[in-house]
Amino acid sequence: MQKNAIFQSKLLPYALVAPQLAIVLIFFYWPAAQAVFQSFLQQDAFGLSTTFVWFENYRDLLSQPDYFATILRTFGFSFAIAVSSLSFALLLAVMADKPLRGGTLYRTLLIWPYAVAPPVVGVLWIFMLHPSLGVLSRYLRALGVDWNPLLDGDQAALLIIVAAAWKQISYNFLFFLAGLQGIPKSVIEAAAIDGARPMRRFWTVIFPLLSPTIFFLLVVNIVYAFFDTFGIIDTMTRGGPGKSTETLVYKVYTDGLLGGNLGGSAAQSVILMVIVIMLTAIQFRFVERKVTY
Amino acid sequence: MALRRLYAAAAVAATIGFAASPAQAVTEIQWWHAMTGANNDVIVKLANDFNASQGDYKVVPTYKGNYADTMNAGIAAFRAGNAPHIMQVFEVGTATMMAATGAVKPVYKLMAEAGEKFDPKAYLPAITGYYSTSKGEMLSFPFNSSSTVMWINLDALKKANIAAPPKTWPEVFEDAKKLKAAGYTTCGFSNSWVTWVNLEQLSAWHNVPLSTKANGLDGFDTVLEFNGPLQVKHLENLVELQKDKTYDYAGRTNTGEGRFTSGECPIYLTSSAFFGNVKAQAKFNFTAVPMPYYPDVKGAPQNSIIGGASLWVMGGKTPEEYKGIAKFLTFLSDTDRQVYIHKSSGYLPITKAAYEKAKAEGFYKDQPYLETPLLELTNKEPTENSRGLRLGNMVQLRDVWSEEIEQALAGKKTAKQALDAAVERGNQMLRQFEKTAVK
Repeated sequence: MQKNAIFQSKLLPYALVAPQLAIVLIFFYWPAAQAVFQSFLQQDAFGLSTTFVWFENYRDLLSQPDYFATILRTFGFSFAIAVSSLSFALLLAVMADKPLRGGTLYRTLLIWPYAVAPPVVGVLWIFMLHPSLGVLSRYLRALGVDWNPLLDGDQAALLIIVAAAWKQISYNFLFFLAGLQGIPKSVIEAAAIDGARPMRRFWTVIFPLLSPTIFFLLVVNIVYAFFDTFGIIDTMTRGGPGKSTETLVYKVYTDGLLGGNLGGSAAQSVILMVIVIMLTAIQFRFVERKVTY
Repeated sequence: MALRRLYAAAAVAATIGFAASPAQAVTEIQWWHAMTGANNDVIVKLANDFNASQGDYKVVPTYKGNYADTMNAGIAAFRAGNAPHIMQVFEVGTATMMAATGAVKPVYKLMAEAGEKFDPKAYLPAITGYYSTSKGEMLSFPFNSSSTVMWINLDALKKANIAAPPKTWPEVFEDAKKLKAAGYTTCGFSNSWVTWVNLEQLSAWHNVPLSTKANGLDGFDTVLEFNGPLQVKHLENLVELQKDKTYDYAGRTNTGEGRFTSGECPIYLTSSAFFGNVKAQAKFNFTAVPMPYYPDVKGAPQNSIIGGASLWVMGGKTPEEYKGIAKFLTFLSDTDRQVYIHKSSGYLPITKAAYEKAKAEGFYKDQPYLETPLLELTNKEPTENSRGLRLGNMVQLRDVWSEEIEQALAGKKTAKQALDAAVERGNQMLRQFEKTAVK
């Protein structure tokens, strides 16, 4: 039996991939190339005067200690968001995987938050935890916690991490549940017969078999934490207080759109793009080795 | 069946043709704005009234989001080659717009070329000064202006046995402590727009420079210098009072204003345009008094500066369109119309005649607090330090200054360190702006 499809015409395969290629070129490579080009320019907001400055935007950027602080902060945020949302989702999925009465309802409810747009998530959490508007803030104050994320940077950071992780839990839950249901029951039963207790069964059998899902979700969550948290940050803290919730993406926005510094902002986008490409490459290179497919 | 359809199509085509033919002769003027709620109704009414008053031009107002969104939409549209004719830009966007020679059409030039009667002296100098060159040429048309006032919860003062609203900062601090003792434990006083109130207005009100070159009005090579003794002392006071919540920080923008109307903060400094919300929501007697000052500063209080927005006319349009725009601006300057805008929106009248007329009509008799911002603006002849400000990247500058003030209030930096850093970081941004500004 012939395994490879052979095309009669030499052009047909190209024609078939052309639409896909066109989409990638127009919506990814073209804007990316423009960003790279823009990062070598200095331009006023209206685009009336343009100077080609080579690497000056990058030099300016890399001479700011604030920028490195923002990079570190973004990594911290991503790590915290990915770890917390992954572990909570895994816990919930393991629970939901058990035969339960009303299990479907329970699962559906857990998936709901994914349908909420990030800015709406931000507003929801603000209504709970804003120092003067928030419902929960009153209880926190009654408990003696000096809750004021408008001034306390650590509290603001915590707020963002909780809101961002909460939103991502449903997505992770969905994949974990599918992953768990894909694990053959016979393997688990065999382990049980061999005398492995539930915890041991989980760590030695289920967890390794789930590792492709975990790996996939890790990549997705890091990308999410890098880019999609923008809406949450913009509605909740706008990067403040101080700079304590400013991530790389938020800085691109404030410098470019609010500050009108398009060249500097483009340089930041390029650096951000390189960081994410590197991160994903590292993940595939090193983490994937530990994954059992 | 087919015949009937044909008839229907013909009828529709005829109607469209009929409706479209007179419209073709009308020159459309696109007006992008950022007004919501009651103020949006005012804009729509102004456009409708203008359109009804003549047949050659049609002003089409479009809401484009908040101030920053509207400005960004306008800039993006300009880059794409289809800018609106008129764009409402907030006061802090003035430097950016002004630097864009070629992208905008200065109002004084527009009026001269269109042959419209236009006397810059008819307008209140405290308002037009902000939007004019140092030679007094009006660049944009002031539309909605406000100023900082101090909103007072009169019932709370009574509860704390305070006879009259405070006039000076030391009195504010004393009264806030009394209010705190009288049960307002979470907030004695606070403010919105932290940098506008505590740096920009504070400096103008005390006749102290915010930056060199008349706060940037005389050139983009302006250098920030608001880390002087007055501003440092003021911030030190706030930092000290923040510790026990006699003062409680309420955020960078105006999201904390609900703390006044809910009765949490009995003394609250913010825009005079807050009036609409106060009137609708406050369940207590209130008033608005002038901003407090430090009595040991010589000559204080000076005069306050404005906030709000102006209308910028964009470049690259046809002479016919410019003629329509000029007519519309004349229409807006009409005294009765200014009085109408003033009364219905709570924003300030921009012409002297309109102010006088509102006064003569007794508008301020039962609501004296509506005159407060006007009294502040016209308190004294504006000086170099109180004419206005014009700093590039102002939106982001304010964010940077807020960041530093927040650090001081959180106790991570001293007031002096914070303001020094705010000045230094701000100056870097100003130099960046200067580099890209069109010469």
